[in-house]
Amino acid sequence: MASITLAKGINTGLRAAMEADPKVVLMGEDIGKLGGVFRVTDGLQKDFGEHRVIDTPLAESGIIGTAIGMALRGYRPVCEIQFDGFVYPAFDQIVSQLAKMRARALGAVTLPVVVRIPVGGGIGAVEHHSESNEAYFAHTAGLRVVCCSDPVDAHFMIQQAIASDDPVIFYEPKRRYWEKADLPEGLTLGDAMPLHRAKVVREGEHVTLAVYGPMVKTCLEAAAAAAEEEHSLEVVDLRSLSPLDVDTLAASVEKTGRLVVVHEASTFVGMGAEVAARISERCFYSLEAPVLRVGGFNVPYPASKLEEEFLPDLDRVLDAVDRSLAY
Amino acid sequence: MTDSAVGRGEAVSTVDGGPELIQLLTPAGERTHHPEYSRYVEHLDADDLRGLLRDLTLVRRVDTEATALQRQGELGIWASLLGQEAAQVGSGRALAPQDYAFPTYREHGVAWCRGVDPLNLLGLFRGVNHGGWDPDEKNFHLYTIVIGAQTLHATGYAMGIQRDGAVGTGDPSRDAAVIAYFGDGATAQGDVNEAFVFAAVQNAPVVFFCQNNQWAISEPNDRQTRIPLYRRAAGFGFPGVRVDGNDVLAVYAVTKAALESARSGNGPTFVEAFTYRMGAHTTSDDPTRYRVAAEVDIWKERDPIVRLRNHLLAQGLVDDAFFEALQAESDQLAAHVRQGCLALPDPDPLSMFDHVFVDEHPLLQQERREFASYRESFLDGGES
Repeated sequence: MASITLAKGINTGLRAAMEADPKVVLMGEDIGKLGGVFRVTDGLQKDFGEHRVIDTPLAESGIIGTAIGMALRGYRPVCEIQFDGFVYPAFDQIVSQLAKMRARALGAVTLPVVVRIPVGGGIGAVEHHSESNEAYFAHTAGLRVVCCSDPVDAHFMIQQAIASDDPVIFYEPKRRYWEKADLPEGLTLGDAMPLHRAKVVREGEHVTLAVYGPMVKTCLEAAAAAAEEEHSLEVVDLRSLSPLDVDTLAASVEKTGRLVVVHEASTFVGMGAEVAARISERCFYSLEAPVLRVGGFNVPYPASKLEEEFLPDLDRVLDAVDRSLAY
Repeated sequence: MTDSAVGRGEAVSTVDGGPELIQLLTPAGERTHHPEYSRYVEHLDADDLRGLLRDLTLVRRVDTEATALQRQGELGIWASLLGQEAAQVGSGRALAPQDYAFPTYREHGVAWCRGVDPLNLLGLFRGVNHGGWDPDEKNFHLYTIVIGAQTLHATGYAMGIQRDGAVGTGDPSRDAAVIAYFGDGATAQGDVNEAFVFAAVQNAPVVFFCQNNQWAISEPNDRQTRIPLYRRAAGFGFPGVRVDGNDVLAVYAVTKAALESARSGNGPTFVEAFTYRMGAHTTSDDPTRYRVAAEVDIWKERDPIVRLRNHLLAQGLVDDAFFEALQAESDQLAAHVRQGCLALPDPDPLSMFDHVFVDEHPLLQQERREFASYRESFLDGGES
């Protein structure tokens, strides 16, 4: 078994996709010789050439807009947005063009574009480098939005996203880029879980934690700590934010009767709100407590000296678990 | 802001287009020689020239009919091309079949040249769809309403052509180019400027075709630029030319040259077609609030159709029989547009769920099912 980091898992996934389909091209800032600021595209330009790994001008709208044009010509562009906070200049191209063009064309065009976005905080960065903006895109019809959390999953999810004929916003938890896991030998894309399925990553009986991206690790640690106090937590990695796998989550909540949703993004109109609404509708008679949310506060992402206060951590997760159990 | 605070320096939009305006037909319809561009129209024979007059006449007729349909409540809105027929037909007829056009929402004349049924343009304006044609069928992309967004799509498409090895091979049936349409107002957009940067550094086979119709709704050129627009290209590193947009021959020649340059691997060209929006921005606009009638009168003297007609009359290439036949064809086309418009079916409410995804997901399917059964509950109630 080979041990890989999350960054390497995506890197090897990109490589596999490029080897499998000559129409796959990568576009982004500094993704060529540098290999991207997080080295996710390391070595790919050297092996696939400048025509397939394109160092673009520093213009995010331009990246997505030209990727749309390339997709219309039959290519499968994978765009890298350097940091979450830099996606906003591309907002119109993603929301008004990429997401809507197929419906506008009554199905006559297909836009297999992947937009990779390193997401979230916890790396001590300056402003605009730590944001969690998934709710904007999950709110947009016509986009698929996923968020990986571990190296093996990421390796296959990126390949599934590239194979998707629909546009995919692909979030990568940047503070987990260096986390390692073993990639089992012989495991193939065909064995991988479908892209839009949620995964129970730890089974438990008392409370369900619904979580994705960087907070999955935090929640697993919280579950381990809770176990010492005889609290059995089930951790569900949502993986896909749009569409949401409500079935898997509902099955868990019907078993535990309690749900806490955890994410880095501000809770106000965040993914947790949608999850809470869906689960309240589906599991009303199974719920022993209201669905609780743990997330960022409704303030601009603070300066990095304060980010540990802003970001949910193990203790805030367990505090919510205690509040849920108190009902 | 006082008037003295804007529009300083040279006039950005002199009424006559300035000394660098490329022209092959004077407003009176006399042929002039241009050392660089005359050769691009030399092959046009009498049939070709009559064909251009036919195009100009028919697209204006479609436009007139659509405006009437809006006034009668059959279209929600219409964006008229009145006055810009030559810019659109001249450039549209310069395209090779394998070239690809990315329009704004006003390129009805280009659509005509690409063979899109004018009826298909009406769906968007009638509110029955957002775009009623398959772009790949005629290599004519859907109308784009967000100003300038399509210039990036055009550039990306051109980058795809490069990667397909369909540039600079010397095979005239293989080498392809893209033309991106936009207006003077769009030149202020970030997307347009980003498209220029991407196209320049990639040396992409794209022609940026700007119809400078002098007005971005109510804002004249001097609220968008301090220099004539075609000169912007130099700063991006590719050629820019200003052509008389009401001279169909000059537009044809300049566009043909730019497309050939792109197809042969010489990268982008910026073409500024200097023209005039004779009508309102759309049927919802009231230009009397911001421009004077005398300005419109000046441009009436430069009507693109009159110009070509005078030329063909002087050359003895058209006669009464030609005009009678054209009138009949024009009437027939107008009837087709009118009848077709009235017959456009309202969409099935459930069709809004179609085509959002290639691979529909369960939540969307669930919404469709629930909405269908909600609607059916009313039908049941009515029958009982």
